[in-house]
Amino acid sequence: MGYLAYARTALNATAAALAIWAGLYLLLTGRGERFNVGGYLLRLSPYMWGLYGISLCIGLSVVGAAWGIFIAGSSILGGAVRTPRIATKNLISIIFCEVVAIYGVIMAIVFSAKIAAVNSDKGFSASDYYTGYSLFWGGLAVGLANLICGLAVGITGSNAAVADAHDQQLFVKILVIEIFGSVIGLFGLIVGLLVTGKAEDFTGVI
Amino acid sequence: MNEIYFNIDAGYLEGIVRGYRDGLITAPQYMNLTQCETMDDLKLQLATTDYASFLQNEPSPLATSTLSARCTEALVAEFQYMQQNAAEPISKFLDYITYGYMIDNVILLITGTLHERDTHDLLEKCHPLGFFDTMPALCVATTVQDLYSTVLVDSPLAGYFRECLSAEDLNELNIEIIRNTLYKAYLEDFYSYCQSLGEPTGSVMAELLRFEADRRTVNITINSFGTELSKDDRAKLYPRLGNMYPEAQTKLARVDDMDQVKSILEQYSEYKIMLAGVSMNASSSSSGGNSSGDLSLEDRFFAKEVQLNKESFEQQFHFGVFYSWLRLKEQEIRNIVWIAECISQQQKDKVNNYTAIY
Repeated sequence: MGYLAYARTALNATAAALAIWAGLYLLLTGRGERFNVGGYLLRLSPYMWGLYGISLCIGLSVVGAAWGIFIAGSSILGGAVRTPRIATKNLISIIFCEVVAIYGVIMAIVFSAKIAAVNSDKGFSASDYYTGYSLFWGGLAVGLANLICGLAVGITGSNAAVADAHDQQLFVKILVIEIFGSVIGLFGLIVGLLVTGKAEDFTGVI
Repeated sequence: MNEIYFNIDAGYLEGIVRGYRDGLITAPQYMNLTQCETMDDLKLQLATTDYASFLQNEPSPLATSTLSARCTEALVAEFQYMQQNAAEPISKFLDYITYGYMIDNVILLITGTLHERDTHDLLEKCHPLGFFDTMPALCVATTVQDLYSTVLVDSPLAGYFRECLSAEDLNELNIEIIRNTLYKAYLEDFYSYCQSLGEPTGSVMAELLRFEADRRTVNITINSFGTELSKDDRAKLYPRLGNMYPEAQTKLARVDDMDQVKSILEQYSEYKIMLAGVSMNASSSSSGGNSSGDLSLEDRFFAKEVQLNKESFEQQFHFGVFYSWLRLKEQEIRNIVWIAECISQQQKDKVNNYTAIY
């Protein structure tokens, strides 16, 4: 652990030193105006924004699903040693977590349908920029919602497994709570659809 | 945030320990056990519990001591399974639990050596959870200095010995003092370790360890009546934690009889309920020796301990369940042995004096 902490500190210090050096270099050579975060963001291609959104959407969703599966799964594993009957029943918690990843996949497919090659010589239109931004923030919303949803379902699934092993009657009751948890991911899905609803496909300036 | 990371190292083991908890003997099973007429009946009834595989090869006239030994074996087997599967934070936690047994073993060996008992008999009597490599060598020591420098300096208990190195020679009183000083250092160390583990574990274990500290405080007070232990020395043996630290402890250090102890304990609501109807005149060491219904202070403490340990299972994602399971299982073995004693000595009227768990 100690070495990891040292390595991280060294990395942080190096990054900070490089950033300060670059900033001072630009400033002292009279080109300070080039250190311009807003301008940089405006110059980014809308493809960049859109594809970042798609990858965040699928990536964060899968992280959430995987994390949830492992939280629920390790408890099911331990609980099933004594009461093997819980193993099949509690697969439903695993499926709930898996659904979160499927939401991410569906949204990534819906988003990527809006990406198309721009053949115009005059570059991107305003509508293309809107599509890029909305895909980015829609994808981020879906990804974060699914990440949190996967964690929530995983923790509740772990509770359900442990409680089911102790008392069979508790399973259905905790399952209801788990369903409420898994709805959070659905909220993200709806918001993602609404945010990108008005975005047109990429066309360029005609 | 703890819930997110807890299962990485402890998810499997928590499931296991909760499974063990479900294997504890329940009220209907206790009913069946208490209605047994002979030890063979008892053995037959225990065949439906987790102890079955440890008892099945025992020859038929089952002695209570054998029963106790086999039950302890079952407990140790389960505990060691967990230790073998444990990763870093839990393995250390489980090790901490065993230090308490190590202290008991060390004291047992020193006392035995003092009375010139046979080493092998003593080693058999030691609790298997508190076994450490250099333990057999304890039998050669004659002074505390020897004890520390030859044997204990390599054991995990070395740090706890710092305070009792001043004890000159080993006699009955000094051994008791060493035991209590060690246990005090152990409890304080365990408490601070649990606090360092972060939130749910910290608060759950704090509850349990504070109770343990209070119980020891009361026991030290009661046992020091009529001995040559001075009141200042008594105060030094109290663990520096617990619900009664520091206010009631300074009062307890000054008292001379049971009634004063009782009046101090009654200032605490949880102990007041516990003490209602308890006969303070009965010597606390004869557990359940009185007629049924009139339980001793020690039994009340056991009942309270069982209740606290059951509560720690109400919460998930903390290490307290490992400690609580071990305490509950120990109580269960005490119950079984009590019932077996009652049956083998034909004292069926006292058989219901056990502390039911579930």
